[in-house]
Amino acid sequence: MGLERQKRIRNFCIIAHIDHGKSTLADRLLEKTGVLTSREMDAQVLDNMDIERERGITIKAQAVRMIYKASDGVEYILNLIDTPGHVDFNYEVSRSIAACEGAVLVVDASQGIEAQTLANVYLAVEHNLEIMPVINKIDLPSARPDEIIQEIEDVIGIEAQGAPQISAKNGINIESVLEGIVKTIPAPAGDEDEPLRALVFDSYYDAYKGVVAYIRVKEGKAQLGDTIRMMHTGKEFVVTEIGYLRPGGLIPSDSLLAGEVGYLCASIKNVKDCRVGETITNASNPAKDPLPGYKKAVPMVFCGIYPADGSKYGDLRDSLEKLQLNDASLMFEPETSKALGFGFRCGFLGLLHMEIIQERLEREYNLDLITTAPSVIYKILKTNGEIIELDNPTNMPDPTLIESMEEPVVNATIMTPTEFVGNIMELCQERRGTYLGMEYLEETRAILKYEIPLNEIIYDFFDALKSRTKGYASLDYEFKGYKESNLVKLDIRMNNEVVDALSFIIHADKAYSRGRRMAEKLKETIPRQMFEIPIQACIGNKIIARETVKAYRKDVLAKCYGGDISRKRKLLEKQKEGKKRMRQVGSVEVPQEAFMSVLKLDT
Amino acid sequence: MNQKKIGLYIHIPFCKKKCYYCDFPSYSGMDDYWEAYIDALASELIQKADEFQNPHVETVFIGGGTPSLIPAMCISKILDTVYSHYTVSTDCECTIECNPGTLTGDKLKAYKDHGVNRLSIGLQACQDEILKKLGRIHTCEDFLFSLELARKHEFDNINADIIFSIPYQTFAHWQETISLIISLDLAHVSCYSLLIEDNTVYGKMKKEGIIKEADDELDRKMYHYAVDSLNAAGLYQYEISNFAKPHLRCRHNMNYWRRGEYLGVGAGAHSHYNKRRFANISDISMYIKGVNSRSLILSEDSYLSRENELEESIFLGLRLNEGIDLNKLSKEFGIDLERKNKKKLEHLTLQGFVEQEGSIVKLTKKGMDLANAIIVELI
Repeated sequence: MGLERQKRIRNFCIIAHIDHGKSTLADRLLEKTGVLTSREMDAQVLDNMDIERERGITIKAQAVRMIYKASDGVEYILNLIDTPGHVDFNYEVSRSIAACEGAVLVVDASQGIEAQTLANVYLAVEHNLEIMPVINKIDLPSARPDEIIQEIEDVIGIEAQGAPQISAKNGINIESVLEGIVKTIPAPAGDEDEPLRALVFDSYYDAYKGVVAYIRVKEGKAQLGDTIRMMHTGKEFVVTEIGYLRPGGLIPSDSLLAGEVGYLCASIKNVKDCRVGETITNASNPAKDPLPGYKKAVPMVFCGIYPADGSKYGDLRDSLEKLQLNDASLMFEPETSKALGFGFRCGFLGLLHMEIIQERLEREYNLDLITTAPSVIYKILKTNGEIIELDNPTNMPDPTLIESMEEPVVNATIMTPTEFVGNIMELCQERRGTYLGMEYLEETRAILKYEIPLNEIIYDFFDALKSRTKGYASLDYEFKGYKESNLVKLDIRMNNEVVDALSFIIHADKAYSRGRRMAEKLKETIPRQMFEIPIQACIGNKIIARETVKAYRKDVLAKCYGGDISRKRKLLEKQKEGKKRMRQVGSVEVPQEAFMSVLKLDT
Repeated sequence: MNQKKIGLYIHIPFCKKKCYYCDFPSYSGMDDYWEAYIDALASELIQKADEFQNPHVETVFIGGGTPSLIPAMCISKILDTVYSHYTVSTDCECTIECNPGTLTGDKLKAYKDHGVNRLSIGLQACQDEILKKLGRIHTCEDFLFSLELARKHEFDNINADIIFSIPYQTFAHWQETISLIISLDLAHVSCYSLLIEDNTVYGKMKKEGIIKEADDELDRKMYHYAVDSLNAAGLYQYEISNFAKPHLRCRHNMNYWRRGEYLGVGAGAHSHYNKRRFANISDISMYIKGVNSRSLILSEDSYLSRENELEESIFLGLRLNEGIDLNKLSKEFGIDLERKNKKKLEHLTLQGFVEQEGSIVKLTKKGMDLANAIIVELI
């Protein structure tokens, strides 16, 4: 009985590089299976957030259930689990993949496989997923499907000759994808009479229902009213709602059985109690072991976030708390800066995660922010034997107290057309990369492997890579470990006062040029004031660069008669407003732009 | 009834030719409107006397434009209207703005007969080539002629306007202008740094890169030279841009800076009355129609909050060499300004931008260069 039921289920995800058409294909599948009519479809239904749609990336996993009547006359339940498509969200991707039996690999017919795609395919293969390649954008003049098929076979080592050749955009050959899913992707296994084990592959917070957990039931069943237990935290809850997923909504039901994908709610107040990767079991009949592979997402990148208007501190805190409800990997704690006032030190999975959080704070919560340069966690061995982990440059101990320092390094994989290999090598060299190797995918494309310190990656590496490869190269990286390094703290002093928010940690060899560029940039962005302002870049007490913002000579309304006083008053009020937006650093007024301008010096 | 003491400003928005730097409401080639405009001015004077309960006029200022351009009888008519509908103080300061090249003996005689006792004449610069570049219609010679004529008609309270930081103007040019001014033994000098406004011919030229503003170093050098020279010559600075012999400050303008009340009549004229600032529309034909139909449009009308008033007191007061009296203002506005600004004032004093004697706060010479920035600290 269970077997018959399961035979008609297919759980799959779609793996694709940004722009290779994942969301468009997903939309077509929904349309074809009648989940949505084309009229109902707001283009790319699965990307719910504005940012996702604009950037063409998926940040949160989404899932949707489709009914498809295949050519064999049988109705199948197809559960599509859409995965985040970025290295920062690697862990979420791996959980989404763990919830499936197969993956549809979408490859652009002109561009071929990209670094991130490859990384995700390897993840899928690791989880024993059946990979079903699909060649998309077949209708473009630049399409070269035969070569791409060959590339897939060579690089990934899977059969690709029969891959559906489609255009998701123009609805060509979509049927063959659906048929392919039914035929090539295995039905789920798992005994519904075993104790419950369900994998949480995503969750979000709903103001009325509490946490809504997206789950894949591996074994057993979950029912309305069951008391469930989170196997990693041990916390218990009673299921208040359970059911299936449809685009942008939920279809309540009574239970979910082994092999099924759906959601459950259990008055869970915090996503931290129901993290991605958690295993849910039944409290009265618990499983022996949780599903494998659980880990807590660890922030790798840190920065200070401050409200541009100091009085909005409370709003910023509320907004961060709200975002955290949906994003257990966002970390923050209060921090105070002499220059920027009250704010938060925030931890992120990676650079994109950081950008997205900043963007959401500004757009969804209407906050004006000042952010400090991103940092990583450094390990410091002090002369007294103590080891500290440092995520905020301001807290770096005096150099005389430091025995040695270590910084995180990553293994970076860069895929690129061969013509840019030289540029990339140069870039990696500049970023203190260690060459590990290069492979040719085909005559025109190569994979470069480097070991690079993470602090070099987070400092506008993506932008530099994009601009030096005309946007053709793609990057993937994974954390490798810590390495000893000759690091120093670079401070900026304005009018002889250290501006804490501008301090950062950098390799000693690069401190001089960065310090000089920062001083130059700050000179450009800091307006003249009533007195001369020296801007110095320093390591400890040693000044390595100096610029001067000259005092202004004249700021006076020459003419003030004719009775038009209001206009003059308004001019002065405007000047005062402008001043209010400045940050006071000692006696120097620093515009917000100055803090932001030093974040990207190379571009 | 306790009558309010006010200044009365009367605007004559006509010029023979508009100067390239001028952004005041003033128009050339509108001679056909003169008569109707003067009639409207007279009507508005009567309407305002009525509306504001016949206030007590302490000063009259007929400004422009070029009031000396239009026939003397027009000015006579206006002043007659003032005398017949307002209580005018016996020692009323009555100024008319004149431009060289438009002034005649007959006009001066008529002014004198109607109580005008102060003239403000635009010289701007003493080099004809610079006058030409400013779009002025006169030469330096014309100015000297007008001055002599005025003195012949027994006008002794005379102001001259001069401008520095004019494109092409060198420091030597400026020294020459200052020397000339000093040699003329005038009662009053107004000395402005040229500001190139967007909506002027100069503004357009600046945008097109034909001219550019004088650099700040030169501007300040010229300014300091003027301040030092004029002070030494007995023309004492009493406001950022104004210098006078003792007791001959412009009372009408002092009233602006001390936040006194005034009524403005004419197109684009501004008024300050009963905690309210308002201004007439500056379009001439709309102004005339508005007055005649008793539905004059205001281009601005705002009531001043206490905060606005305090800000005004500080920013206007600090322009004057006499400075502001913190005690007086504290009492007037019910906040302890001295305490509120203690740190800032100490800081500004230390940097040499302000000086404080008792409760009086003044800008220093150095402070006047950065008046805006200092005012912004304190408002």
